[in-house]
Amino acid sequence: MTTAVDVRGLGSGAAPARWLRVVPDTVTMAGRVLRLARRDPDELLVALLLPVMIMVLFVYVFGGAIEVGTDYLSYATPGVILLCAGYGASNTAIALVQDASTGIMDRFRSMPVADATVLAGHVLASTGKNLVTTTIVLAVAASIGFRSDAGALAWLGAVGVVTAYIVAITCAATLVGVVARTPAAAGGLGFVMLFLPYVSSAFVPPETMPAWLRGIAEHQPVTPVIETVRGLLIGLGSDGAPVGDLGATAAVALAWCAGIGVVSLTAAAWVFARRGR
Amino acid sequence: MDDPVVRAEGLYKSYGGTRRPVRVLDGVDLRLGHGEVLALLGPNGAGKTTTVRVLSTLTRPDAGTAVVAGHDVVTAARRVREVIGLTGQYAAVDEKLTGRENLAMMARLAHLPRRAVRARVDELLEAFDLAGAAGRQLRTYSGGMRRRLDLAAGLLRHPRVLFLDEPTTGLDPRSRHGMWDVIGGVVADGTSLLLTTQYLEEADRLADRVAMIDGGRVVAEGTPAQLKREVGDASVELTFAAVAEATRVASALGVPTPAARVLRVPTDASVGHVRHVLAGVEAAGAVPEQWQLRAPSLDDAFLALTGHAARGADDREPVEVAA
Ligand SMILES: Nc1ncnc2c1ncn2[C@@H]1O[C@H](COP(=O)(O)OP(=O)(O)OP(=O)(O)O)[C@@H](O)[C@H]1O
Ligand SMILES: [Mg+2]
Repeated sequence: MTTAVDVRGLGSGAAPARWLRVVPDTVTMAGRVLRLARRDPDELLVALLLPVMIMVLFVYVFGGAIEVGTDYLSYATPGVILLCAGYGASNTAIALVQDASTGIMDRFRSMPVADATVLAGHVLASTGKNLVTTTIVLAVAASIGFRSDAGALAWLGAVGVVTAYIVAITCAATLVGVVARTPAAAGGLGFVMLFLPYVSSAFVPPETMPAWLRGIAEHQPVTPVIETVRGLLIGLGSDGAPVGDLGATAAVALAWCAGIGVVSLTAAAWVFARRGR
Repeated sequence: MDDPVVRAEGLYKSYGGTRRPVRVLDGVDLRLGHGEVLALLGPNGAGKTTTVRVLSTLTRPDAGTAVVAGHDVVTAARRVREVIGLTGQYAAVDEKLTGRENLAMMARLAHLPRRAVRARVDELLEAFDLAGAAGRQLRTYSGGMRRRLDLAAGLLRHPRVLFLDEPTTGLDPRSRHGMWDVIGGVVADGTSLLLTTQYLEEADRLADRVAMIDGGRVVAEGTPAQLKREVGDASVELTFAAVAEATRVASALGVPTPAARVLRVPTDASVGHVRHVLAGVEAAGAVPEQWQLRAPSLDDAFLALTGHAARGADDREPVEVAA
């Protein structure tokens, strides 16, 4: 093998500053995840159909029977966004387990890339995918009559909070992905992610729940996220009454997202660095 | 060899927690000189993969030290990662990416200069006879092609030390020979190579030195020639209908009397000698039910060199004979 391309000596001392490589390496990792997802017809199909199915289910099947004081489509759309994001995040956990079940994770770790970039690549790719899904949900909602008279700033805020939620649960999914041993176990996260929005103000007002469930609903992270997004987009609270100042709710929502994100990503990086040792 | 590129001393590793630990490495010592090829030869469960994982920074040893290209694998893991290439026992490639996409991604992660990525990927695809399949997804590749691509991915940056964990296990004889040629080319380029294998023949073909490993310890070490001298030659293995017939042929050929229907006649595996043996069988008027040329197995080698059978092995499949 003659060497036409001289790449020798790259590793000998003159290594580029490591932190300069974190961003491009993360982008490369994310590009890989996205490319693999694009080539998985099942995942693509589900990602496209799920928003439509859930929307139809809630608006046309349940919607007629649920009384929320406003039109149910507007009420439920933020919840559907979160449901779909939860599904996307659970896919990330499964993808991580699958990576670990082949030799590819070992190859990455034997290369001069920071461990964190493997995880960060998944988070970045998953966030991108889920934002696309979010757009699809909104498009479906708009096509069946969802209207919002929110201004650009309110929309920006809503997208920001949804993005924060997506990043947070993706980080949680990353933790599950590095702890779980089998794809089935990682899939268990999907269950939790799909369950949380149901026990929140996403689809029914918590006031209608029994006291104990209501306690859970009012103190779990999905509720402030939903309240903020709904308040920003349609100006109503979970009881269907107009909301005033959303600042406090938004702060609680963002605090939850930041907390979940930082704790789970730190834990995931810790586990990842020690796994297989 | 005063200044080896890989030096491991007293590596210990146990798995299974503190309650019921299983000792997988039990004091492994190794040396690999610059430009040298060392084969780690051992049966299933001997600790080959674990040794490679320690040396390639993937696993921390419980005790002992390992230095690769002057860097400690535990305290300077990142430095080590800059100078090694690893192709593990299990495929480290993406089935749904094409050959070219797989290599290009690894090239970027190996921090090749942007301009160099394409040319280097093309060069490796060409050298490993994968240029024609470069645009196909890996799930359409044969086992041999996949292994070659996996190997290429470990070579993108001309590693100073290359680790290959069982590079030909599971390949058919033709792909195996192809892989050997490819590996030979890499070694001729000056790369120091540590490979693991379960095949005596592979170690003989590729290695300058062989370390036999069993039960987490290096139990014998030497050049392939030394090992072969001690293990002995190949044999013509003849199976007869009855012990009596085998005994008759044994005395006709002047070899020790067998205790069973199977007679083993040592041979240097040359055409002339094999023909001589078979002619002797015919002259004795015996007709074997079947016969084959059999290389010494890993078990034979362990028995010859350590006086006991390998602990983990069950590797008595007929091996091809290198004539
Ligand atoms: N992460 C782990 N946890 C528990 N046991 C392990 C782990 N890795 C390896 N082992 C055990 O250590 C022993 C040696 O394993 P190793 O993979 O190093 O052997 P090997 O020589 O590579 O074998 P093979 O030829 O089958 O690849 C085996 O008994 C294996 O089950
Ligand atoms: Mg192994």
